[in-house]
Formats: sequence, C-alpha cells, structure tokens
Amino acid sequence: MATIALPVEEKKKYEQEALITGAEAIAVACKLANVDVVTAYPIRPYDTVMQYISQLKADGEMDCEYIVAEGEHSQFEIVKHASVCGARVFCGSSGVGWMYAMEALTVTPALRVPMVAMVGNRALDDPGAFGVEHNDALAVRDLGWLLNWVDSAQEALDTALIAYRVAEDPRMFVPCAISCDGAFLTHSQALVNIPTQEQVKQFLPPYKRGDLLLHPDNVISVAPQVNEDWVMEVRRQNYEVTERACGVIREVYADFERIFGRKYGNPFFEEYMTEDAEVVLLGMGTLSTPTRVAIRKMREQGKKVGFVRLRWFRPFAGVELAKCLERFKAIGVIDRDFSFGSPNLSGVVATEVRSAMYTGAATRPPVLGFICGLGGREVLVQDVEHMTDITFQAAKGKAQPLTQWIGLRG
Amino acid sequence: MSTFVEEKPTQKLESFKGVKKVPHEEYYTSGHRTCQGCESAQIMKLMAKAAGPRTIVLGSTGCMYVANTSYYATPWGVPWMHTQLGSSGSAALGAAAAFRAQMRKGAMKDEPINVIAFCGDGGGADMGLGAISATMTHPDYNLLILMYDNESYANTDIQISGTSPYGVNTSFSTPGKVKRIMHHRWKKNMAPLMLVGHPTCKYVGTISTSYPLQAMNSVRKALSIGGPTFIHCLNPCPKGWDFDPVLSFELGELAVNTGIWPLYEVENGVLKLYGKTEKIANGQFKRLPVRDYLLKQGRFAHFIDEDIEYFQSKIDEMWNKWLVPGIIPLRREIEADEPR
Repeated sequence: MATIALPVEEKKKYEQEALITGAEAIAVACKLANVDVVTAYPIRPYDTVMQYISQLKADGEMDCEYIVAEGEHSQFEIVKHASVCGARVFCGSSGVGWMYAMEALTVTPALRVPMVAMVGNRALDDPGAFGVEHNDALAVRDLGWLLNWVDSAQEALDTALIAYRVAEDPRMFVPCAISCDGAFLTHSQALVNIPTQEQVKQFLPPYKRGDLLLHPDNVISVAPQVNEDWVMEVRRQNYEVTERACGVIREVYADFERIFGRKYGNPFFEEYMTEDAEVVLLGMGTLSTPTRVAIRKMREQGKKVGFVRLRWFRPFAGVELAKCLERFKAIGVIDRDFSFGSPNLSGVVATEVRSAMYTGAATRPPVLGFICGLGGREVLVQDVEHMTDITFQAAKGKAQPLTQWIGLRG
Repeated sequence: MSTFVEEKPTQKLESFKGVKKVPHEEYYTSGHRTCQGCESAQIMKLMAKAAGPRTIVLGSTGCMYVANTSYYATPWGVPWMHTQLGSSGSAALGAAAAFRAQMRKGAMKDEPINVIAFCGDGGGADMGLGAISATMTHPDYNLLILMYDNESYANTDIQISGTSPYGVNTSFSTPGKVKRIMHHRWKKNMAPLMLVGHPTCKYVGTISTSYPLQAMNSVRKALSIGGPTFIHCLNPCPKGWDFDPVLSFELGELAVNTGIWPLYEVENGVLKLYGKTEKIANGQFKRLPVRDYLLKQGRFAHFIDEDIEYFQSKIDEMWNKWLVPGIIPLRREIEADEPR
C-alpha cells in the first residue's frame, strides 16, 4: 500500500487528545473507519458504544445505517448480511446477549464475513451480574472468530482499527471480536489520542468483497447445501485462515506503528517486568492494572515476578508464547472465566497455556491456574500478591493444586 | 410521511396483463431436488420471474434451502444466499441497509435492487416471527418477505408448525389409541398479523400457486410499492400432506374455494379480495364443503365426521362472524351460544 512517510513526531501533532471511555473509543474508531451499517440492542455494559454511535449519527458526524434490532440474534444477522452485500459493519453485545446471538456467531466465520464486534465482557446469567467475566466472548473460541482482549481505551480504539484491517484482508475474511472488560474498561475514562481521518484512510483501505459480493452484477449462490461431500473442505478453509492469521496480524501491527507512530511491540502478548523474573503471572484484560501495581510493590520487596498480558486469544500464538514462558520457574495463569469439567478443572486460558507449553516449550515449569475476579469482583492487589506467593512456592518445587479459586468469600 | 423517513425509489414493475405477456426468462431453473408436485418450488420460480434480474434472494433454512439449493446444482439465476431459519427478516434488512449505505456514499452504483427474503412457515410464522415483525416497522428499507407455507416443517420430517391446520397428522402429532387429535391449535393468521400489527407497512398479500398470474403480480406490487412488504403463499405439499402429486394444483384451488385460504391484498391500507374469494365474500360463489379438501389428503385420513364438522364450523365462523370476513377475527358482539 502506498503511504506518505511522515516523521512520527510530525504526525502526532495532528492527533487530538480526548478524555473518553473504552466504549466511546470504539465508537470513535467506527466513525474513523467510516462504518456503513451498525446494529444495536441494549444490554449492559457494551451498549454505551451504541449510545455514542447513535449520537454521532444524530450530530451528522458519522454516516451509517443505524438499526436497533429486536434481539441480539437479529442484531448479528443483520450485519452479517450487510457485510456479504459489501458494507463495513459493526455490532456488539455482552454476556447472555452474546449467547443469544450464538447461531449468528456460529455462521459468521463460516460464511467468511469480516464483521467487527465489541464484547463488553459480562458474567453470564444466572444469577444476574453486570460485572466482567470472559466466558461470553470465549464461547466462540472454536468457531473461527478472531478474539482479542484490550486493557485501555487507547488500545480499544487502536485495536478496533486494526480489527477492520485484519478481518477485511482478503486472506482472512473472518470476524473479529474486541473484548473490553465490562465497567473497568467500557465505562472508565482515560486520555486517548484520536488519530486523524487522513491517517486512518492511509491505514485502512475500503472493504472489497470481490467475487464473494452478493449483488445483481455477481450472480452467485452463497452457502448452498453441501452435506458430507464438501463440508470438510470448507472447514479446512477456515483452518487455513487461522494458519495465516498470525502473519497477517504482525503485518498490520507493523503498518499501524508506521502510520500512527504508536508501538505495541509483540502484537500477541505484552510482557511487564519479565526480563529478570523468576515467575510470571499471565492474564487477559484489565486485571493488568492491579497486577502491575502489585508487581511494582513486590519488586520493592525483592520478589522477581513479572506479568504477561495476552492480547490475542484467537489466533493463539502458542509457539511464541511457549518460547516466552519456558524461561520462568513457574507460571500462574489468572482466568477471569471458568471451564467446568475441563482438564485439571482449570480456566480456559490456563488449559490453553498448558497445551501450548506441552509442545512448544523446552522446559516444563509448573503452570498453575487461578480463577479470580468472576462476576465483576475486583482482582485486588492482595489477590495478586497471594497468587504470586503460590506461584513462587511451585517454583521452589512445592507441589500446588493446579486450580485454585482466589478471592472467594469465606 | 415523516421527513425523517428516507425513502428510496423502487423498480416500477407493472403488473403482467395476462399469461401471454409474461416474459420467457427464468431466474429459477433446473438443479433443485424438490419433490414432484412441489408447489413451494413453484412459488420460487414465479417469485424470481416476477422480480427479474436486478434482484437478490435470501433464503432461510427449510425445504427451499435443503432440497432446493445444492452445491454445484443451484437453480438460482439471481444472486442467492442461505440465511438462518429465523433470519429472513434480518437478512432482508441487512442487505437493504448495505445497499443503501453504499449507494449513498458512492461505493456502489445507485439503482433500485429488489431484496427478497423468503422463509417457510416454520422459519416465518414460528422462529423468525420476531425478526420479520421488527423488519416490517422499518419504513426506509425496500424489501419483500415471502413466506411459503406448506403447513409443516416439511423438510425435516413433517412436523407441526405454527401454521399447521387443526387436527393434522404430522410426525409430531400422530393419532393414537387414546387421542385421535394431537394437534388442536388453529392455524396462525399470518398476513393479518403483519398488516394489523405494522401500520406503516404498505403491502401485505396472500397468494396461491394455483393462481400464478396473480401470485406474480402480487410479488411485483410488493416490490414496487416501497418499504417492507409481506406475502403469504399457501403451497400444497404432496409429501407432507400425503396426496398424489397430480393433485397439487387442484388442492390449491380447493383451499380457496372452500374458504379455507382467502386471497386478498392490502395496498396502502386498502383491502381488496380477489379471485373466488371475492365471489365468496359478495355471495356470487357458495363455498365448497371443507370435506372436499380435507379428504383428498392423507394427513386428515384419521378425521371422523365430528372432526370435519368442527373444521367446517370454524371456517363458517371465519366467514359469518368475523368483523372482516375471512380475514380479521374481531367480533361485533359477544355470542352466548358460541360453540366451544
């Protein structure tokens, strides 16, 4: 793609700084991405993004079709079809709302639809809770969605732009969900650098569906009945997308850095104070904040602990992650989710990390699973200290239970 | 019309003035694997012919997906896409919204494109009712939802749907030793549900494949009038209704002539009955007994006289007691001797 090379410093002065929430940051990204069709349906906490988009449209700042659906199933089906007809689309949901759309979520990657969705992570019912839990977005982890977790409003905005670029790449054509922890990110304001329209135009080309476009000029039949004759080959195509995914994502992050001047380093996971660490904690989303605070505190006490924040869960950069983790004496994975009946009864991320380590790592450090912060319960600094202590015990060779619940009321 | 409703022009499809004036081009041709005498496939053909080439069709799961559109053998001469069972409403809305946005932004040539989503009775009257209802309230999108009604989930194994007739034998309502009638609900009155429930909807019609010219013209009106529109088509099904395929056409006629299936259209709020239905309503044609229709079908073979009489009484009620005979089941007054 042809680009105008500007020095980073010069580009920066065109950016505006604004105090906005994670949800608002994604709404701003949708505006900058010139999204064509947006569908909304109310459920807390993701829905604030749709309130902002509605206002942007009413104020004439965003030119899109804004449809309030009668349920999440329709919400996702409307944009799925809009995308097949060539439109850039956006929607999102939370908790059981996301689950209500599950049929649509299932067919979207299978139809090779580059939908971008925001998940404001929320605990699943019952009993009711508005707070964050990651099981909603994780429910689609096997279906071909690209899944990532962000931990700041700036990263939310940037990742939304990146998501469109990755999803709409003709080598991909799969949906991407950006997970933002409910309340902690969706409703928390922070200073965000808002890129210019020019920068975004440079970074994000228009969506071209090519010969897959549903339009009278292109007489095709999409998704005819195939049965056992072809369904396996069709699944294989989605598999091959995931083989390409890491490469495409790396390319896009490099381009992002070049055009916007913001560096994310390794796109797949972020390391914090890991250089000389003996043990690390690993987790996704906004639990990074108390974890970083606790690590700084523990470092003052001489404890060599670091943190790895997983950004992209699908694709799962298993080999790279295993190579990163093999140098530590023990790893404590903090899951803000559950996977009842799973191996070792661990959370989803712990199980994935163990699987990646089994084949990808030269060493076999203990991987402990911690279930923490469910239903929006805060992950406290003292919880992080407690998990770190347990992980150090494992590093010293003292056997620890493979799954422990942290911060349970007595 | 509110100034905030942004209408887009439609294709102006004049009514065909007679069968000889119907163009020869087919947009639904060979390749489908539907049964002999399948009237649902027939309405697909008529619908595509009536709409013409500047059309896209979104087909929800059902016979007209599974038996109709196989890989390497698609019968569709216009772009077609599978949509989920309950998604015909959402599919049409999404496609219309996509075209509108891209045309406004100059990313696509600005022209009227017919957007048709079809569903079966299972997809429309059961699972997809909510989505269709929501779609019918969007005045700024031009689209047509066509529900082909073979009165059962005919593709899966013939099971009861919301439009299955009273008493019918399906694989979920087989008569047994103790209960002769396992399905005792009355058929959902879909077209009036659409027209009464969605006051801004400009066109709702009922059609039958036994009256192909009227069926095609109904599709053309629905596509030309603008906004979301709905057509309900009754489609005799040899497999599900258990009759010789040679009778498909005749059963379609009998459904109308017995008064079971009234033919009408509501254009901008104005109700117009047509065909035999109109003659029934103004007394020029005496309804045939429902027995003539029911006993030609194996699905009613377990009916005894009592069942036929009950069925007849309900049809009589439709025509004699409803506020708008055959269509709107409101009453003028409570009747103490109402049969229960």
